[in-house]
Amino acid sequence: MVAWIERISSWTIPMLIAFIPLYAAFRKVPVYETFIDGAKDGFQTAVSIIPHLVGMMTAIGMFRASGALDAIIDFVRPFFEKLGVPGDVLPLALLRPITGAGSLAFVTDLMKTQGPDTFAAKIASTIQGSTDTTLYVLTVYFGAVGIRNSRYALKVGLFSDLVGFFAAVAACWLLFGLS
Amino acid sequence: MVNWIWLGMIVVSVLFGAANGKMEKVAEAAFGGAQTGVTVCLGLISILVFWMGLMKIAENAGLVRALSVLLAPIVRRLFPDVPPEHPAMGYILSNMSANLLGLGNAATPMGIRAMQELQKLNPYQTVATPAMCTLLALNTASITLVPTTIIAIRMNFGSLHPADIVAPTLLATAVSTGAALLADRWYRRTNRFPPNLTKTPVRRRTQAAGTVLPPAVSGKEG
Repeated sequence: MVAWIERISSWTIPMLIAFIPLYAAFRKVPVYETFIDGAKDGFQTAVSIIPHLVGMMTAIGMFRASGALDAIIDFVRPFFEKLGVPGDVLPLALLRPITGAGSLAFVTDLMKTQGPDTFAAKIASTIQGSTDTTLYVLTVYFGAVGIRNSRYALKVGLFSDLVGFFAAVAACWLLFGLS
Repeated sequence: MVNWIWLGMIVVSVLFGAANGKMEKVAEAAFGGAQTGVTVCLGLISILVFWMGLMKIAENAGLVRALSVLLAPIVRRLFPDVPPEHPAMGYILSNMSANLLGLGNAATPMGIRAMQELQKLNPYQTVATPAMCTLLALNTASITLVPTTIIAIRMNFGSLHPADIVAPTLLATAVSTGAALLADRWYRRTNRFPPNLTKTPVRRRTQAAGTVLPPAVSGKEG
């Protein structure tokens, strides 16, 4: 099943890249010129995201470097441990929504130090794989079209991250138990 | 809300930096973070340029429209305020399928194209519409079938069963996506889109049927 889905994943993109222009050519679309036309927009979109990402990444970098993140984690650790969350994965609850690269580095480090098949590493892998970086998605998607007032979108994203975190812990308890 | 989180992170960082004697590191991290932001965007350029070029072809060939007509019944419930034959629907569907298959670098440009199409329906150019918020909720929760990156890393570290996290990941991603959609629905109802609704397309407001409209500006932003 997994190998099958992985094969679909690796085939989809080359097939799409071939199919789309081929189909368009049949419909008499000037494929290369159209490509260039659309690609120009891509460049502008990427450039328009830069200020948004720089602003966010600066704040996130400072927050981690100052020790504020660690302080928050130490503060909430006892509550989470009572709920069956191993203390080692706790930082991920805060890292995951704010930085994709940071949380991936954290998960990688956890696997390196504890081994990939430990309970904590499995929970961490599940959390990393089951959700996307809320702040990044918000910054990029809304930044690209110039939305400044995101209304309730951030609350929804952070809420689903929290639910996802506990769902990941619960699913690992359910499937792997204590081992 | 983003304003407060941003300001909060910066102020708290400086306070903690001062208390912990880490001011130099904080300053360093500020510029390091700025650099990361630019680096990430530079990485995005190639992906966005390529996919948006390809998608322009798909759009002009009528493929995006075909996709939206074909699969719209499924997504229509999630986006009741987007006309079903609108190209935004096609991009939303492409974005969702790319996420499902774990094609992260294809999902982002498709999501951005969807946002750009939704922006065309937006009477207030800097305020997110309900449909935009729903699309964002779907993408932050990002329903995934196979977390390819994580499996690859687990293999790297010699895991005995690198793929055994697929089952819990599916469970967790389904629960968090469900939570995101429920929360989105809830806010959609309590937080009506500002102020007059006259300019928004009112063709298909199924969720508003029977409900009494609250005073126009009931929602607090942020």
